[in-house]
Amino acid sequence: MTSLTDLGVKALRDGVAAGQFSAVEVAEAFNAAVAEAAQLNAFIVTTPDAALDAARAVDADRAAGKPLGKMAGVPIGMKDLFATKGVQTTAASHILEGFTPQYESTVSQKLWDAGAGMLGKLNLDQFAMGSSNETSYFGNVISPWRRNDGGNAPLAPGGSSGGSSAAIAARLCPAATGTDTGGSIRQPAAFTGISGIKPTYGRCSRWGIVAFASSLDQAGPMARSVEDCAIMLEAMAGFDPKDSTSLDLPVPDWSAALNADLRGKKVGIPREYRMDGTDPEILASWDAGIAWLKDAGAEVVEVSLPHTKYALPAYYIVAPAEASSNLARYDGVRYGLRDLPDGAGLQDMYAATRAAGFGPEVKRRIMLGTYVLSAGFYDAYYTQAMKLRTLIQRDFTEAFKTCDVILAPTTPTAAFALGEKTEDPLAMYLNDVFSVPASLAGLPAMSVPAGLNKDGLPLGLQIIGPAFDEQGVLNAGLAIEQRAGFTAKPEKWW
Amino acid sequence: MSVTREEVAKIAALARIKVDEHDLDRMVPEFNNLLAWVEQLGEVDTSAVEPMTAVIPQKLRLRADVVDADPLTGGGKRDAVLANAPVAEHGFFGVPKVIE
Repeated sequence: MTSLTDLGVKALRDGVAAGQFSAVEVAEAFNAAVAEAAQLNAFIVTTPDAALDAARAVDADRAAGKPLGKMAGVPIGMKDLFATKGVQTTAASHILEGFTPQYESTVSQKLWDAGAGMLGKLNLDQFAMGSSNETSYFGNVISPWRRNDGGNAPLAPGGSSGGSSAAIAARLCPAATGTDTGGSIRQPAAFTGISGIKPTYGRCSRWGIVAFASSLDQAGPMARSVEDCAIMLEAMAGFDPKDSTSLDLPVPDWSAALNADLRGKKVGIPREYRMDGTDPEILASWDAGIAWLKDAGAEVVEVSLPHTKYALPAYYIVAPAEASSNLARYDGVRYGLRDLPDGAGLQDMYAATRAAGFGPEVKRRIMLGTYVLSAGFYDAYYTQAMKLRTLIQRDFTEAFKTCDVILAPTTPTAAFALGEKTEDPLAMYLNDVFSVPASLAGLPAMSVPAGLNKDGLPLGLQIIGPAFDEQGVLNAGLAIEQRAGFTAKPEKWW
Repeated sequence: MSVTREEVAKIAALARIKVDEHDLDRMVPEFNNLLAWVEQLGEVDTSAVEPMTAVIPQKLRLRADVVDADPLTGGGKRDAVLANAPVAEHGFFGVPKVIE
């Protein structure tokens, strides 16, 4: 029999519902996998009891003949950016170390209500700022993948949802929550050979998610199949009056409507995404993706997104600007760390607390944001970036007049080694070049595995859809998944 | 546009982040690198473009004008609000003395 930890969301849920195994057996299997994998550093805290409690409740409901939720019996990992009542929530920062929320985030509550259990809080880049999970105060997450050169160099699991991607790829959990501000679900999914979708901005409530850049932040599921992502997204999404930008729309039954027959659909290939310096193997995987979608019946058309090259610099004004404002709340007064030097006044306490509590990347972004919002520079930087954002969104609107979804690579390279890009912030930022445009435009976008490169590392393909059309994105993702036949998994070394 | 060491120190002060001399040495070139890179946005003529105000057009909702419209975000939560405070005394946040 296949090991329980090899099963995905749907197989676990259906197996529990059918009585093939109990939810407690599932939780125990995953708790054991998590306990064995400390070397990966994917979790900041583990909560085996929470997983077991949820499982017992599901088993009891099943025994009593009660209806079971969409995620019943499925233990998941929770990115440590979601407030979880009574369980430390840090955003992988020192400044929030020990912070124990008095309330539950909307998204996590919805997952528990759907019958999911929590295996633990997953590591991430500090305040979700990073693309390699190297900015966490609690140490790097190590990808379970290794190059096939025998060198065993530790690789980045991507970021910021690097604990989520590593844990799913290593079979420590069948699925996990992620959040995506500029690619933080899609890029780590691509690096680790899993799937992940960032839905339309506003689909999932931001209430209770530690804020980074509020006009961009969006939660989404990460899992090992498109169908599992669809099921979990149904449980996460939905209107929430506590989030002023929450979409007041019904949540479609995406998983039931999945359909990989793309006849009559048009897939746009953005010519500006053929950038100099892109890994030829990435370009080859893109060509394979085009062939797969044609095979699924789609017509392939070229589209143009002329302002693509400005997306990344615009993002690195908008996101730090919002971060500088959002992170102003960490002042050593209301929660988290306080550093009060002898004889210090209030202002000195703020400055000392924030110096001690934030990592270098967080400080860099807060200061960049402070600068671009400061008097005399606001129009030149921030207003100009928001105008570019209008143009980038307009590019997509125009493109979607001639196509239904857009296919592109998720990342310009496969996973890089830890430490390879930490010296140069700009080199790290460039990793998000393909994922940031959809974020700036608020569009649903997902990454699905396309295959392995010559080093034996996964490559991802990205599908971007018009606002509210998660279904079109998931369907194209499914068509790729069925043809890519991606079954590779990292060999267990931990 | 590039920034001087003094300007970076001022930005740090505005951001309420204590930065020592050694950090400043590292930050100034990093900052100027990033600024030189984002400068390319200036190439685009945006004189006829409105800055984005909402990524998905939405009308801002108003909640009902009643006390505790949502019990989760309503009042009466003093102890929960103070639960994570580094210093809480007599039902208040504790801070260093601000008035002589």
